[in-house]
Amino acid sequence: MKILVCITHVPDTTSRIAFTDGDTKFDSNGVQYIIGPYDDYAVARAVELKESQGATITVVNVGRVETEPTIRKALAIGADDAIRINAEPEDSYFVAKQIANVAKDSGYDLILMGRESIDFNGGVVHGIVGELLEIPSVSSVMKLDIDGNVAKIAREIEGGKEYIELEMPFVAGCQEPIAEWKIPNMRGIMTARSKPLNVVDPVDTDHLDKLVRFELPPPKGDIKMIDPEHMEELVSLLKNEAKVL
Amino acid sequence: MESTTNTRKVPYKKSSKQDIFESPDFYKIDDLLSEEHLMIRESIRDFVKKEISPYIEDWAENNHFPLHIVKLFGEIGAFGPFIPEKYGGQGMDYISYGLIMQEIERGDSGMRSTASVQGSLVMYPIYTFGSEDQKNKYLPKLASGEMLGCFGLTESDFGSDPGGMKTHFEDKGDHYLLNGTKMWISNSPDADIAVVWAKNESGRMKGLIVERGMEGFTAPVIHGKWSLRASSTGELVFDNVKIPKENLLPGKDGLGAPMMCLDSARYGIAWGTIGAAMDCYDAAKRYALERIQFDKPIASFQLTQKKLAEMLTEITKGQLLNWRLGTLMDQGKATSAQISMAKRNSVEVALNVAREARQIHGGMGITNEYPIMRHMMNLESVLTYEGTHDIHLLILGHEITGIPAFK
Ligand SMILES: Cc1cc2nc3c(=O)[nH]c(=O)nc-3n(C[C@H](O)[C@H](O)[C@H](O)COP(=O)(O)OP(=O)(O)OC[C@H]3O[C@@H](n4cnc5c(N)ncnc54)[C@H](O)[C@@H]3O)c2cc1C
Ligand SMILES: Cc1cc2nc3c(=O)[nH]c(=O)nc-3n(C[C@H](O)[C@H](O)[C@H](O)COP(=O)(O)OP(=O)(O)OC[C@H]3O[C@@H](n4cnc5c(N)ncnc54)[C@H](O)[C@@H]3O)c2cc1C
Repeated sequence: MKILVCITHVPDTTSRIAFTDGDTKFDSNGVQYIIGPYDDYAVARAVELKESQGATITVVNVGRVETEPTIRKALAIGADDAIRINAEPEDSYFVAKQIANVAKDSGYDLILMGRESIDFNGGVVHGIVGELLEIPSVSSVMKLDIDGNVAKIAREIEGGKEYIELEMPFVAGCQEPIAEWKIPNMRGIMTARSKPLNVVDPVDTDHLDKLVRFELPPPKGDIKMIDPEHMEELVSLLKNEAKVL
Repeated sequence: MESTTNTRKVPYKKSSKQDIFESPDFYKIDDLLSEEHLMIRESIRDFVKKEISPYIEDWAENNHFPLHIVKLFGEIGAFGPFIPEKYGGQGMDYISYGLIMQEIERGDSGMRSTASVQGSLVMYPIYTFGSEDQKNKYLPKLASGEMLGCFGLTESDFGSDPGGMKTHFEDKGDHYLLNGTKMWISNSPDADIAVVWAKNESGRMKGLIVERGMEGFTAPVIHGKWSLRASSTGELVFDNVKIPKENLLPGKDGLGAPMMCLDSARYGIAWGTIGAAMDCYDAAKRYALERIQFDKPIASFQLTQKKLAEMLTEITKGQLLNWRLGTLMDQGKATSAQISMAKRNSVEVALNVAREARQIHGGMGITNEYPIMRHMMNLESVLTYEGTHDIHLLILGHEITGIPAFK
């Protein structure tokens, strides 16, 4: 089985977010980067499938050279080789086009992604890649088992779960509890050194949208403490200040 | 007298508090590390947060050595990372080893002791002084955590002066006969093998590998420790134990041999204890910013700021000393006296930081809600083992003046 896992290189979830250049650029100063948490589930499940039934795993990232430590980590966890498509991941369509291009003639049985990125949270790249490759795509995959050529999948849907079966190849956007995140061990880190990380140029792609600017959510207001004796004050504040009643 | 500490039947109590440790790096020492070093550090940090931090207060409180951690340490690669891959190690450099020890001891000094003993005091001598057969027989299993080892040098009457030891063996033709008792031996109650230092008929010290189950060999637990409570410590009692001849370490003899092992372990301790200091500092900084007295966070008082500033200064100096020592180790240029300086400095820094952090936490600081008191009590052992604080001072004094002042 050949598995392609698409990973993002995103700020650690505890990072403080700020923008520069007239709110058009993310300020990466002092920010620690990690594998996107959902993508990390995809990597973990791929490694489990490799261990249980044999597979080769390629990881791909659309990004500049600074994403390489993140790619190396995926190699340390258990991927066999990696591709970095050397471009700024400027929008979802652009990224999907790049991924579809490397996947198109490579015969991957499974293309695993995260349910969504955690920097821009589009949740669309898997759908677009499926469409471009003319293969099915499913998302919010919380369970994935492979039996011969058929995958048994559980998806999270509004208010419940959906169980489906489908034939490979397909694209899946993964989420917990599909697998437990893996911590690379020392052996993995040492062998990741010599695993191939191929850098390829992007294909020309139209941009379907253009970034205008970013805006942070308004800062949290101060907390008002109200004495439990004075419920009428709470009601008045909720009515007149918060305007929620 | 049990010969294992692992008699506990109740399940582990998992802490509801998340380990949100962040390491101070005031002088951007991370820039001196490679991308691989950083990944190693992050991996061990994640491992500690997942496998150690949630349970450590429970283990320490119940004086319980969690035997399952041995296998987990093996899987993550914390045992003897500097041993070549051929024998099950990772062929890593000494900076990596230091970072691994730093992160484990950030979690707990007892856990780090288990790993240091296995790597530096059991695998290192077998690798350095052992025969090819011994290396093939023991190293892969020690690396993977399938086997736990211990190191027997100290005796009840010979601590700082191990040269006076009484444990001895006689050549009986087709085997050696070993007699004597070792004291204060980390891991011993649960160990599968012991690297034991004993004298032959002519009074020359040699290393022997003793296996669990050999007739006449027992390893009773030492009870009542208020320090390193999550690590097991015991005796090694040899009553006419027949040791096969192939279990003698052929490579080196004399006191210099165990001292070489201690150099490797002390190096790890220098990094490890700075890890413990970093944990105490991190907890104290967070607490100082959250705790309100006189309507302000206690972090706004100058006396708290002085404590935090001094803690960070000492930690930063310790980090730099360790990093430089690691570089010298990797170049094969580090001396025993340099290692003594770093071990001694780091433990002192860590104890002082723990004590100041304890004060910042006020009354809460004496409870197991915070890691401070556990670190502080652990560090009292670390101050004494692997060469006491004063012995390291005397080693430095000897180095400076050329005059040994031990005797
Ligand atoms: C330096 C930088 C600059 C950016 N500038 C812009 C900008 O100007 N305008 C804008 O709209 N967006 C910008 N982005 C965001 C970027 O376009 C999105 O992160 C990316 O296109 C993914 O889109 P998404 O959030 O829809 O992904 P989703 O659809 O949420 O991602 C789903 C899955 O797709 C895969 N995936 C997503 N991105 C990648 C990738 N890069 N490599 C490999 N797999 C991937 C992952 O498995 C992920 O879990 C920028 C990002 C970066 C890092
Ligand atoms: C928890 C724990 C785990 C241990 N694990 C191991 C292990 O795995 N293997 C092992 O072999 N040992 C182990 N040890 C033993 C440890 O190495 C010894 O405790 C240490 O060497 C000190 O010996 P001692 O306790 O006999 O103290 P002593 O040597 O009796 O020292 C007592 C005091 O006298 C001082 N002193 C001694 N000689 C001099 C001198 N010449 N000049 C000035 N002051 C001096 C010392 O500095 C110290 O303050 C462990 C100890 C502990 C507490």
